[in-house]
Order: sequence, then C-alpha cells, then structure tokens
Amino acid sequence: MKRKFALFGLLAALAVPALAGKALEAPGGKDAAAAEQMFRASFKAENPKYWMSRLEQDETMKTCGLYRDNPPRKIGEKLEKLNVATIRYPVDGKLIGDWKEGEKLAAVGTGGHIGFIQPDPAGKLRGGNCYACHQLARKELAYGTIGPNLQNFGRIRGRSEENIKYVYDKIYNSNAFTACTNMPRFGLHNWLTPEQITHIVAFLIDPESPVNRD
Amino acid sequence: MIRRLTQTLVGAAVAVVLAGPVVAQDKVADELAKYREALADGNPADLFELKGEALWAEKRGPKNVSLEQCDMGLGPGKLDGAYAQLPKYFKDTGKVMDVESRLVHCMVSLQGFTPEQVTQQWYSKPGKDADIEALVTYIGAKSNGKPINVPATHPEEARMARMGEYIFYRRSGPQDFSCAICHGQEGKRIRLQELGNLTTKDGAGTAMKTWPSYRVSQGTVWTMQRRLIDCMRQARWPEPEYLADSVIALETYLLKTATGTVMETPGIKR
Repeated sequence: MKRKFALFGLLAALAVPALAGKALEAPGGKDAAAAEQMFRASFKAENPKYWMSRLEQDETMKTCGLYRDNPPRKIGEKLEKLNVATIRYPVDGKLIGDWKEGEKLAAVGTGGHIGFIQPDPAGKLRGGNCYACHQLARKELAYGTIGPNLQNFGRIRGRSEENIKYVYDKIYNSNAFTACTNMPRFGLHNWLTPEQITHIVAFLIDPESPVNRD
Repeated sequence: MIRRLTQTLVGAAVAVVLAGPVVAQDKVADELAKYREALADGNPADLFELKGEALWAEKRGPKNVSLEQCDMGLGPGKLDGAYAQLPKYFKDTGKVMDVESRLVHCMVSLQGFTPEQVTQQWYSKPGKDADIEALVTYIGAKSNGKPINVPATHPEEARMARMGEYIFYRRSGPQDFSCAICHGQEGKRIRLQELGNLTTKDGAGTAMKTWPSYRVSQGTVWTMQRRLIDCMRQARWPEPEYLADSVIALETYLLKTATGTVMETPGIKR
C-alpha cells in the first residue's frame, strides 16, 4: 500500500514538467498522496464493501485527475486504447434497439445513490440521465449544456452501421474516443446493460425518434 | 407570499406556452430567477437564525454554560465576521477547523457535551430540527456583508487547500465523477440548474457566499458540510462522515478561491 502511494507521488512529480506550456502542478501538489489517504479515511469503517468499492480508481480516473482532465495527447491516446479494449456487445450483435425504451432511459436521472441520508431504494431504475447534459428531443426544455446538443443527431449523422457502432461504443465507454471526457462510461461500469445502451442508440438514431422528428 | 409565488409559477407556465420552443428555454430560466426572487422575500432561514441566537446564549449541557465564550477564530464571543474567515488553523486543537467543527468543539469543551451527543443529529429530519443548523445560521448571519477571508497563509491551511484541490479533481465511482466534471467550466447547466465554475474567484464566490442557505425543496437550512456531503452522494459515492477532514479541505480550497467575495447569508435556494 505504502509503495502504491509512493508511486503515485512519483507520478505526480513527473507530471509537472510533462504539461505543455505553462506548467500546471498536479492537483494537491506535494500533498496529493496525503490527500488520498485523508479522503479514504473520511468514510465510516463499517460501510458495506460494495459502497467503498466506489472510491476505487482505475488508471483512467487516476490519470485524468492528475492532469485536471486535460492529459497530454500521448497519454490521452494510451488511455483511449485501454478503454476501447473494454467494450462489450449484446449477445445477438444487434446494436440498435427500441427508441421508446431509450427515450425513457434518457430522462431518468435517479438510481444508484447510496449512503444513510438519502439513498435510492434498492432496485430503482438507473437511467442514462442524458438530459442532464444534452439537448435531445425538442419538446424537452429542461436540458443541460455540459455535453453537445444532440437534437436531430440521426438526421445529421445518418443511420450507417458505422455511426450506429460509434454511438453504441461512445455510450458504452466514452473514454474510448476522448480520454477524460466529462461523460460517464455507462457500459464499463454496468450502469446500463448492453441492451439498454442499444435502446438509447435507437433514441438517437431512429428516424421515428423525437430526437429526429419534432 | 404564497399568492405571489402562484402568480410567478402561472406566469412561467403561460410564458412557455406563448413563447414557443425557441425562446421558451430562456423564458423558463428567467421565470426561475423570478421564482427565486419571490422566495427571498421572507426567508424561513430567519427563523433558524433567531433560534440559533437563543441557543448561543442559553446555558446548556452538563456544565450549564452558554456558548458566549466560544472562540470562532476572532477571540472568545467575537462572532462578527467570524464565519467569513473560516476554515482556519486553531492553535488550541492543532487543526484546521471549519465553522461546524469549531462549533462542535465549543459545545464539547465549554458545555461538556460528548461529541456523539452534539453530532448524532447534525441535520434536520422531518419533525426533528437540528440545533447545529440553527446555530450555524446565526453564526453565518453575523458575517453577512463581510468579505470571505480565507487566504490559507498558515502552512496547515495551505496544505488543507491543496488537499481540497486534490479531492476536487479526484474521479471515481460508477459515473466517473469528480467535482470538476460539473464545476470546472464556465457557463454550463445541468438540466436547468446553472453551474458555477468553482475554480475561479467569481464562480466559487457565487457558490459560497450564500451558505448557509434555506433549501425550499428540503424544507430546512443546509450547512456547508451538508452541501458538500450531498455532492458526494450525488456523485454516487458513500457519504463522508460529518466534519471529516476531506470536507473541511474542500471548504478551504473553495473558500480560498472565493476570498474577497462579499457574504450574502442566510441564502435561499431551490
């Protein structure tokens, strides 16, 4: 464990000169390793293991933090390769599902909250919460702007197999295309099942979907 | 108040119908701003402030003393501007403390409560109000109009600010979230909620100056600890413990960035 922290500290130190232009210190500077320890010590020891597993970081998360989500291109490419390799497809190989199901999933923002204060009830549907960040169907006005506007996505980008696969892959693991993007990796974390992802693909691409019709 | 609120909401609905889809978006945002304005006329946090003032002066605890000798960083009993200069390093505890950890420290050391007694109900539940929320609202109000002043010049404070910065950018959990995902850019919105860029003085100032704040959707005042612990819940992480150092570190980082912004507290929010 100690060695891990030491390695992390070393990585942090190496990161500084690697940044292009004005050298921006990695967050936490020389106290990054201590901050990690402090953060981990902030949680009740009797928390279920499943909860605490949500504090673990894979290489992508660690590296993104180190570079304030803006890694040098070389490191970004390495992360993108790592993430491409994680993508799994539905058993039947069909990447475009039912847009009506996708429409529901795009609107659901609850699910997955844990803890003692305001947890979600077990089994609560987890959606993609797409509207938190994207504009999609014209009729939905309560959309966020963290991600790009996806209104008419299918009309503009088409229904080619290539585009369908791109959308599936992007939702499954957004970091396969852009390392350290703000977008979650829905498939990698099993937040959405491959089948649910195909429904959201349909919501974006199907010509009958309100994303492309209204 | 209620009538005005209804008018505002009806106004918002009518505006959406009349304006058509193109401008409806901006109209909704405008009407939300009016809604907030209407709410500000008679902030229920004022009641928390009054209750906090009484609690501050009341002889309580095993030692049957008031909190009037509590040192929130400007000397015993000196509350004017105290909230605005916290968190800071305290020699007597050897720790960087925020408003809430210092308040709890006083309730334990002066009044003789155990830490468990003081913190077992640190936030309000339906039908059960938390004393800490009232006291923090009172202490906060004593800094209304004062500039936030957390330069973090003491080495321990500077260290806490750096550690807070580390946590701000730390990604984990099933949504790959960090604070920076939503709060590291200018002019973004989640659903209809505007997001501040907490890495700038303006953004951090706008976010920090109105706490503690009455949350209409929650029916109570939220302290900064509650606010940040809930951010972690929203990130789908487990909750850090109340008064955890990592929360104080985040506060130090954010308030250092916000330093110079004038406090407007207690606030009122959705």
